[in-house]
Amino acid sequence: MTVMSQTAPYDVEAVRADFPIFRTDIRGKPLAFLDSGASAQKPQAVLDAMNAVYTSGYANVHRGAYLLSERATAAFEGSREIVRRFINARSVKEIVYTRNATEGINLVATSYGRKFLKQGDAVLISEMEHHANIVPWQLLREQIGIELRIVPIADDGSWRMDEYKKRLDGVKLVALTHTSNVLGTVTPAKEITALAHAAGAKVLLDGSQAVVHRTVDMQDIDCDFYVFTGHKLYGPTGIGVLYGKAELLESMPPYQGGGDMIRIVTFEKSTWADLPHKFEAGTPAIVEAVGLGAAIQYIEGIGIERIAQHETQLLNYATQRLSAVPGLNIQGTAAGKAGVISFTLDSAHPHDISTIVDRAGVAIRAGHHCAQPLMQRLGVPATARASLAMYSTKAEIDRLADALDTVVEMFS
Amino acid sequence: MSDDLRDLYQEVILDHGKRPRNFRQIDNASHHAHGHNPLCGDQLVVYLALDEAGVVQDVSFVGKGCAISTASASLMTEILKGKSEAQAKRLFELFHAMCTGEDSPSAEGLEDEMERLEVLSGVREFPSRVKCATLAWHTVTAAMAGQDQISTED
Repeated sequence: MTVMSQTAPYDVEAVRADFPIFRTDIRGKPLAFLDSGASAQKPQAVLDAMNAVYTSGYANVHRGAYLLSERATAAFEGSREIVRRFINARSVKEIVYTRNATEGINLVATSYGRKFLKQGDAVLISEMEHHANIVPWQLLREQIGIELRIVPIADDGSWRMDEYKKRLDGVKLVALTHTSNVLGTVTPAKEITALAHAAGAKVLLDGSQAVVHRTVDMQDIDCDFYVFTGHKLYGPTGIGVLYGKAELLESMPPYQGGGDMIRIVTFEKSTWADLPHKFEAGTPAIVEAVGLGAAIQYIEGIGIERIAQHETQLLNYATQRLSAVPGLNIQGTAAGKAGVISFTLDSAHPHDISTIVDRAGVAIRAGHHCAQPLMQRLGVPATARASLAMYSTKAEIDRLADALDTVVEMFS
Repeated sequence: MSDDLRDLYQEVILDHGKRPRNFRQIDNASHHAHGHNPLCGDQLVVYLALDEAGVVQDVSFVGKGCAISTASASLMTEILKGKSEAQAKRLFELFHAMCTGEDSPSAEGLEDEMERLEVLSGVREFPSRVKCATLAWHTVTAAMAGQDQISTED
């Protein structure tokens, strides 16, 4: 496993060697993987940690008074502490495990929303939200009649603080992306939160694309809720995190009922377990949580700021390289954006682009990226997207750019 | 470039993709339907003018899509003109089987049409693109059935 000295140059080849997928050829060519924004590849350390639980420490958690269960519980709860430290939450009580970011948002919409919001209260989202941060609020609107308000973005994908401020009046909950999965735009979370709090609104941030690219500090941002998923953070699928301020989580009713989330059950009445278990009904994703902990430790061994720096350098290189492809338009050029490049070609549809570059062994995403309203805002049916990660290289960008030249040649 | 890529993007496909035939509305259409593939964002409207006997007098389309879906729609409009509804449905079945590599029903009587559609058979090697090739056909079938829209992901 790579642990980098903070003074040595970033050794991307050492990082790649930790990811077994890069030993797999794609159609006889080495893999160029530029779709980590959809889901990242996994380092051996994550696979090993998960395998170790299954082979020598696996049992159900929180119940067995025997060694294996105690081991599994220690590993599971140990990962929660790793997550807490990673995002600088005050307490592990504030770290609720979910299946993914989507479930975290649904939990807040259901539990917080139905208890604390009422008809006519406004929830504020933006034009660049993922469907995961649109649809749960529409469901809540159908159930209790909230108003859903939308902050427009600038044409280059930048966050518009003036438009945000204009719409804050009467808002009870601000639910925003911390980093756009299509545009790479990073929203000024701390300022957004301070303004929302001054207006009497709570704040939920969708950090699935943010935690992978930068240091995220709950106590510094001061948001009320924060969600992210494990599989984009080099961890396994099936595990995500909802951070919530303890006093808020305390005041909210359970999201789902069942085992593990109760203290005492009688047919007349049940009482709830303490945080965070109140929100974790049923057997949790034990091994996946351990895998997520291992992924975070792997990231910490390299340093999230080092990763961010590497990605920024590559983003600049990719922006320059792709801009030279004739007829290529980059969607989203906000200052300080994360390593996500959405683009369209005048001559070819994103699906044709994706199919052709795939044949060159380059994996990119094409489609609406679960952000159909944003596609409408941009006036495109779909975009192609290259997204960068800690293991991305200049050579991969070059291969993408060369493959795009082939596309242009074919279609013009 | 790989051979299967060349098979998929044959000259005919690129040509129909860039310069689709019958790319227009039909003002006095007897049927029309809106086809949408939410996965791709591809959208098209197919217009049909059927006579009383159910024979296609005119067929056209407008919309936005990838080269494969545009070329497939364009070729479809050329092939369906003069066909009966029953023939159109058989052609779709045959075409669908060709795209997916499934067992094909008999093409008896429609051999020439299937030969023309053969240029799209390259999608077989690209499972994620079959839906692009079949969108126009799903839509025309919906129009004939009197549905005004269809959303399909396959």
